Amino acid sequence: MASTQTFSNNLRLFVAGDWQHNRLIQERIKKGIAYIICTLMAVIYVFPLYWLLTTALKTDAEVFQLPPTFLPVDPQWQNFQAATEYIPFWLYMGNTLIIAVLTIIGTLVSCTLIAYGFARIKWPGRNVLFIVYLSTIMLPTQVTMIPLYIIYRQMGWIGTFMPLIVPSFFGNALFVFLLRQFLMTIPAELSEAAKIDGASEVGILRHVMLPLLRPALATVALFTFVNVYRDFLGPLIYLSDQNQWTISLGLKLFQNMYGAQWQLMMAASTLAMVPIIVLFFFTQKTFVEGISLTGIKG
Amino acid sequence: MTTLIAKSPPARRRWGVSRLQRRNLMIGLLFISPAIIGMALFTIVPMLQSLYYSFTDYNILQPPYWVGLENYEDLFDDRVFWIGLSNTLIMVFLALPLHIVFNLVMAFLLNSKIRGLAIYRTIFYIPSITPVVASAIVWMWIFNGQYGVLNEILGWFGIQPIGWLTDPDWVKPALIFMGAWFGGNTILIYLAGLQEVPADLIESAELDGANAWQKTWSITLPMISPVIFYTIIINIIGYFQYFTEAWVMTANREGAAGGPANSAMFYSMYLYQNAFQQLKMGYASAMAWILFVIVLIVTALLFFTSRYWVYYRSEDN
Repeated sequence: MASTQTFSNNLRLFVAGDWQHNRLIQERIKKGIAYIICTLMAVIYVFPLYWLLTTALKTDAEVFQLPPTFLPVDPQWQNFQAATEYIPFWLYMGNTLIIAVLTIIGTLVSCTLIAYGFARIKWPGRNVLFIVYLSTIMLPTQVTMIPLYIIYRQMGWIGTFMPLIVPSFFGNALFVFLLRQFLMTIPAELSEAAKIDGASEVGILRHVMLPLLRPALATVALFTFVNVYRDFLGPLIYLSDQNQWTISLGLKLFQNMYGAQWQLMMAASTLAMVPIIVLFFFTQKTFVEGISLTGIKG
Repeated sequence: MTTLIAKSPPARRRWGVSRLQRRNLMIGLLFISPAIIGMALFTIVPMLQSLYYSFTDYNILQPPYWVGLENYEDLFDDRVFWIGLSNTLIMVFLALPLHIVFNLVMAFLLNSKIRGLAIYRTIFYIPSITPVVASAIVWMWIFNGQYGVLNEILGWFGIQPIGWLTDPDWVKPALIFMGAWFGGNTILIYLAGLQEVPADLIESAELDGANAWQKTWSITLPMISPVIFYTIIINIIGYFQYFTEAWVMTANREGAAGGPANSAMFYSMYLYQNAFQQLKMGYASAMAWILFVIVLIVTALLFFTSRYWVYYRSEDN
């Protein structure tokens, strides 16, 4: 950072009363303030994650030490190993992954088909139905939660992954919206050309649209993964059997059952965050594009 | 558009609808059939069922028993129901505006062409994708009245220890503070919106002598008002259903939740307790429908007022 140099530069310009540079100075002051606030906020945003990691590395005694230590005196790396035994960590991770993979498959297949029907085929009533479909986003889950629980119970699905997975095969309005926005930008000439070559709608979808749609599908897959991974209410209602808990549910209920072994809970939570954070760093571009797609075009 | 019309085969019309249109209707409906089946199975039928349950006494084990408006009358006299509702409304009308303004300010700051934007963006975004349960565990420890690091840091500035999760007056502020940390993705949505504002619009305003405030109020904010509207709608629905953060922070091993003196008892939590802990499915369904009606009214009002403050560029697509 050459900030001191910039500062003395600004000061020189200011003292010299060089009014031609007045605007420049103002800009620099504004930018400086932006830097200070953003950096301060960034520190505040990072701190909980830092605190999570450092608490995970403390001994039981150091966790309760006053005043708290900002760096573990003797980092207990074996806490991570202990955490995976303290709670059935790998079992919960495995359950979460099974649900996530199946939900992603269901979401990708159903949302692609639905979005294609809403974006690339012109039929009467299309726009009205699309708005009706979109408006289902606004329905609070609480309204359908109880009857769905009762239906799943009658089908013997409580205590299985089915209630968490099956609905994904019937589309998700927000992701359909995202994919539709994307499909609308593809020129009509492309489909027309394929049609003249004798391709069916399914053929167009598979051979023309799918390759173009890949980045948007990656976004949907990622967001679905994050949603499943973070979901708490769904597993809380439907997964009655301890062996089927997801990582989110398991972390909470374990904390309740066995009291607070804080450093081990922190270690388990840190481990639970690793997949998401690693995934983010490898797919940053896809995430950011997804945010623009959902946000801007709204 | 013109090319499409030119290339379309001449339609033979019968009963006002061409064969092509009828064929397209069939194929279109076929493609969206998962959505239609899904809406019927997972939305419309359950909605009607829960409306019916809301007029019954139903504990799953015995068949529903019609009680008319009794559930609604009982709710009216239920103290916890009103606490849950008012706590939730506080989140919607206090936390939500704070959330929007704060994230908007942060987006504006990040948009002032500062270096290291990618790093800041990552830092603000990551908390929003971490599992709530995993993060809430560290927040509980940070907020801890006795050993928590937050009170320690505030102590440096001479502030007396606060019972963040034990003092009824401080639980909601603590949750709102934590919520801000979880909501950094909104900063990125605004930032993406700000980057779409055409630079030439701002430049021409500058040439006309507009100052920074005028540029913000008359150009930038109107240009991103659709994005703001979108985030308000999404977050309003989220706050009305506010559950996981408060549940994770306050639920104990007996399944009781809601914090000291129910200061963190939110509508969805009380609904959950009624439905799945006490098996009062009818009562909980009545709660669900009251929530639904409130959400409908608030979003309808928002959509109605949006025409006065949301500015849509006339786009060709």
